[in-house]
Amino acid sequence: MRNLTVGRAITYAVLILAALAVIFPVYYVIAGSIMSPGQISSYPPDLFPHGLFTGNYEGATSTTAIGRQYLNSVLQTSVITLSQLITSVLAAYAFVFMKMWGRTVLFGLFLGTLMVPWESIVLPNYLTITGWSVGGERLTASYAGTMIALVLPFLANAFGVFLLRQSFLQFPTELRDAAIIDGCGHWRFIRRILLPLNKPALTAVGLYVFLAAWNQFFWPLLIGDNANRRTLQIGISQLNDVEAADPGLILAGVTLSILPTLAIVIFGQRFIVRGLTAGAIR
Amino acid sequence: MLIPCVIIFALFIIWPLGKSVSLSLHGSDLFGRPDAFVGLQHYRDMLGSPEFRHILWVTFAFVLLTVIPGVLGGLAVVLLLEQHIKGIRIFRTAFALPFAFSVASASVIFATIYNPAIGLANGMLGRFGVDRVGWLTDPSWALISVAITTVWMSIGYNVLVLSAGIGAIPTEINEAATLDGAGGWRAARFITVPMLGPQLFFLVVISTIQSLQGFGQIKILTPEGGPEQSTKTLVYSIYHTAFANNASDFGAASAQAIVLLVILLACTAIQFGVLERRVHYK
Repeated sequence: MRNLTVGRAITYAVLILAALAVIFPVYYVIAGSIMSPGQISSYPPDLFPHGLFTGNYEGATSTTAIGRQYLNSVLQTSVITLSQLITSVLAAYAFVFMKMWGRTVLFGLFLGTLMVPWESIVLPNYLTITGWSVGGERLTASYAGTMIALVLPFLANAFGVFLLRQSFLQFPTELRDAAIIDGCGHWRFIRRILLPLNKPALTAVGLYVFLAAWNQFFWPLLIGDNANRRTLQIGISQLNDVEAADPGLILAGVTLSILPTLAIVIFGQRFIVRGLTAGAIR
Repeated sequence: MLIPCVIIFALFIIWPLGKSVSLSLHGSDLFGRPDAFVGLQHYRDMLGSPEFRHILWVTFAFVLLTVIPGVLGGLAVVLLLEQHIKGIRIFRTAFALPFAFSVASASVIFATIYNPAIGLANGMLGRFGVDRVGWLTDPSWALISVAITTVWMSIGYNVLVLSAGIGAIPTEINEAATLDGAGGWRAARFITVPMLGPQLFFLVVISTIQSLQGFGQIKILTPEGGPEQSTKTLVYSIYHTAFANNASDFGAASAQAIVLLVILLACTAIQFGVLERRVHYK
């Protein structure tokens, strides 16, 4: 029995150390953001803040365009998430409930698009988007145009279609037939019956798309060139570029940038697990 | 109902795929638009150049440095969690926290930690009397530092996938093993790990694919592709060739993009091949 308890103690010790190592950067970014400039650059480093210093947050929100960039990111992410939910629901509905010719082949093609890495098609897309113009003005020239350019390639994604199809397949077709016979049209059926009954799958897809869109880096780096059109991620990454940048200000900016996703990870964990591990569990 | 998806996929995935191939066979003008047809010239230049071999080597090293520690670390954590630990949910949340960080914010935090003068990494080493390390400025450390950041970002996902895999193992198997006198670690080694085979394999393939596509952390931590090009991976090189210093060499960059595509498709094919076989024999 003694052996067992020693073993348990070691297990706990190793786990706690591992957890601390993983959490440490999370702690550091928040603790460092409320340290005074003197404290954060002290040597040897000080790990615990002396009181609450708000100057970094004031600095981050007043001297950088972080507010504007936050708005850009919220807008970009919401449009992408909403659009992918809609396009995925429509496509998954068609694949499950509508008999049509070549359905399996088309679904295979949809899945095939998931295998194409974005990095190997980003250059043609860049040339396409920057080449397009609306009303004589380059798409990327105006603020609204930049927003369109940011979201356009991501309005649909086969992953959402795949996940929702899995979920819709479990819906009894007799129920749907009964609804249609009772005079319920496609749209009414989707809105009133199918969507409310598939909320967990929709939430999983929504959170997954939200996280992915919020975290985008490569495309926004290419498209949002002007400081006011940048997304939060690009803004954050450029805080770091300034020579001898103020670490407190950087950490405050990063803390602000992770708040929405931190909330999702803590409160929406079981939904994300479902979305993220969809490919792993067969 | 399939039309929205089909339009987006055709415009931003299928067509660019063909365009990428075509770009790789052309030279580029000052703005990156294709001009003269050069055939396989870019591929020939690439394969003949020591620089490209260096890029492939860095890419390969980066995959090894991220996938092996990431998957083994995740496995170790999950096996520890399996030893009937109290507070398992708190630990799982702790390991999931890095999820909340986008590539950009995680990279910026690690850039602050790696800061040669005031960074925590050197500060902590200093406390133990260890010399300062040029985390991002020393060619032999830069790739390792970027890899550490990447492993940190991926550990939560690995833990979640493996936990889900363990949850799917029938409890009778473990009960039978316990009756036969197999202790925690014997059961872990001879039952849990082999039963996790599919998940471990999935993680290796997915991590490899993600690692091959890694870009944000490399661009942010080592903006110039590292000291002496020590962090210049294939995706970074695609970006660099097309966009850095007004190089606008979209032709050569597209040839690299096609190489990336082929490598990633091969990884995906291996995954499907092996999984298919597993399903077949089950």
